[in-house]
Amino acid sequence: MRTGSGIDTVSWAEQLDARSCVLLRLGDRRFALAADQVSELVAPSRMFRFAHRTPGIDGVILRRGRVVPVCDIAERLIGKRLTSRRYYLISKRRQEAATDWIALPVSGDCELIQADLTAAGPSDSPHVAAWLSHDGEVIEVLNLGALTPGMEPMEGGAGSAALPEAQA
Amino acid sequence: MRFEPVHKTPAVRTEQIILFRSSNQIFAISSASVQEVRSVDSLAGASMDIDEAGVPKVRHLLKRGERSVYVVNAALHFGLRPSPAALIFLLRKTRVGLLIDGIEKMTTMTRLQALSPAFCHEERVWYRGLTVLDQNVIPVVNPQGFLTEQELLQLDAAAGAVLEAPAACAPEVGLTP
Repeated sequence: MRTGSGIDTVSWAEQLDARSCVLLRLGDRRFALAADQVSELVAPSRMFRFAHRTPGIDGVILRRGRVVPVCDIAERLIGKRLTSRRYYLISKRRQEAATDWIALPVSGDCELIQADLTAAGPSDSPHVAAWLSHDGEVIEVLNLGALTPGMEPMEGGAGSAALPEAQA
Repeated sequence: MRFEPVHKTPAVRTEQIILFRSSNQIFAISSASVQEVRSVDSLAGASMDIDEAGVPKVRHLLKRGERSVYVVNAALHFGLRPSPAALIFLLRKTRVGLLIDGIEKMTTMTRLQALSPAFCHEERVWYRGLTVLDQNVIPVVNPQGFLTEQELLQLDAAAGAVLEAPAACAPEVGLTP
């Protein structure tokens, strides 16, 4: 089984049984994140902007005394930025032993579900870590490492995804 | 009789900073890294023009003894809209004079937060980190981050040509160190 560097090696079966995921909405579409990558959902707050050169980072917000960068992933996933009132989904990114936080603007409330996951295949986009089915809808489980800046690419293109790619 | 040692609460470490404006944005810099604050007017006769295409943010240099100090336009350095500048920070231990719009105030910061790894371009050299003052997030600049070694080499080469120019150019005026 291929895993990215920094990810504990566990069996394929253990990874792909029922997992807790958080459903999030971007515009009219729903996506999912592994629940252990989600810290909290917060109401919109003031965003601070300052000069920088990293594409994809809009600014930062203050949350519990911590400065958290805001990254609008909607443009990459649905083709347009979120313009309506939005919440911030504070997500955790892990690489090796380090964890940092990033705020993802989302369109509305999020939902915690249990779902069986299917690992992403070699033909899937890099931002897809896995797939799940919920309420008759097939939903992409997102790979934050491929969607947000500052994460080094990992073997198999899994980025910081907690779900390894499966070998046929 | 044994007395328990008294554990004193460690004093909060503070750092004096200067909040300054460039192109309507606020930045912070450690007070200790600023050697002098001069007005643009006071240095008008002491600066020489320099034109190095590879470093457009530097258009003037000052001679301080044997050293050339390059005046970096802060707005251009940060990629902001150019704005009328009134002051120059002459920075310690660098060959940089920072051209800014003005000073907001002097204050202290108690906590410097590292930039998130999500910021992964030039800003990691520009800034020491971020601080929060009165519920505002302010970037704290790195005094060493205004000119790279390569830019200094380019500027030194251009400055050599300027300083060797005939006396028809503006005369050198040595500044008090």
